[in-house]
Amino acid sequence: MSAAAELWLLMLACGGATYLWRGLGVLLSGRLNPQSAIFEWVSCVAYALVAGLIARIIVAPSGLMAQTALTDRLLACVAAFVAYRLARRNMFVGLISGVLIFVAATHLRSVFL
Amino acid sequence: MTPRHALRAGAREALGVPAAVLGAGFLGYGSLAGDAGYSIWLTLTATLAIWALPGQLVLMEMHAREAAFLATVFAVSLSAARFLPMTLTLMPLMRGGCRVRRLWQFLLAAQLVSMTTWAVAMRRFEEMDVDARWHYFLGFSAVCIGSSMLFAVIGQLLIGALPPLARYGLALLTPLYFFVTLVGEARTRMAIAALVCGTGVALLLHAYAPAWSLFGAGFIGGTVAWLWQGSHVRRR
Repeated sequence: MSAAAELWLLMLACGGATYLWRGLGVLLSGRLNPQSAIFEWVSCVAYALVAGLIARIIVAPSGLMAQTALTDRLLACVAAFVAYRLARRNMFVGLISGVLIFVAATHLRSVFL
Repeated sequence: MTPRHALRAGAREALGVPAAVLGAGFLGYGSLAGDAGYSIWLTLTATLAIWALPGQLVLMEMHAREAAFLATVFAVSLSAARFLPMTLTLMPLMRGGCRVRRLWQFLLAAQLVSMTTWAVAMRRFEEMDVDARWHYFLGFSAVCIGSSMLFAVIGQLLIGALPPLARYGLALLTPLYFFVTLVGEARTRMAIAALVCGTGVALLLHAYAPAWSLFGAGFIGGTVAWLWQGSHVRRR
């Protein structure tokens, strides 16, 4: 199988795997208790997985981002979060601040170092 | 409210902040996809077929690192586990009106559920007539999905045309969006514990077994967080 065909197959399989939870939710709705221990555990696993994903993309990225400095990426995260909180949980202000700080830091690094 | 009014109301409310915030996330996704060499059709189909940005990112990340087929599908599926409680809580709110809807209609509507559409619908449904909810949800979701697909294409087309600095900024957009959402919205001690444990395990495993780090972050990190801060833990 070609690499492109395999990626398409993988993507469709991932779509199906994602849908399993959605469909299961519909079928079980009204029968399962959202306050149960299993639910809590599943949501912990989901949270931890997404946190791990973001941590890995920021700390050890692949592709384009691998060419930027770790310090700058971490700086951008801190800046985005602080701006988000200062602006009363405004996502735009947070994102724009983080990206601008990141771009500025990357630029300064290329000029001075 | 007639169905048409509800559909329009949903679409109108999505056209503000929700569509723009999703657009920013998918602008970043499109640029990452372009950087990874995806075709536009693949990006668009992935957005429609998976419709969950974290899962789409897991897929892209693991594929770039040549992880095994089944490990990738499993990790994407794990990252989507949140949809179970989400559809479970949302669907009953759309039942019980004058019109009886069939199971297949609910099964189709489940594909539209996302973090954003779920959060807004749960809040707005309370103050809404049961009969208006279905069409409101359809209108709201349609605009969200449309905006996401549009911005994914824009991101993918832009990434090649921009100077390097702007490309870096665009590529950082999606991880930054998730970072702020996750850290900013984690209100319970259990959620915070899961974030901390997931991050720790992912970084530790990344040094030794990169292909398994997401997997381990979810299972080990999540289980540790649950044992540590789940509601079964007796609080003083």
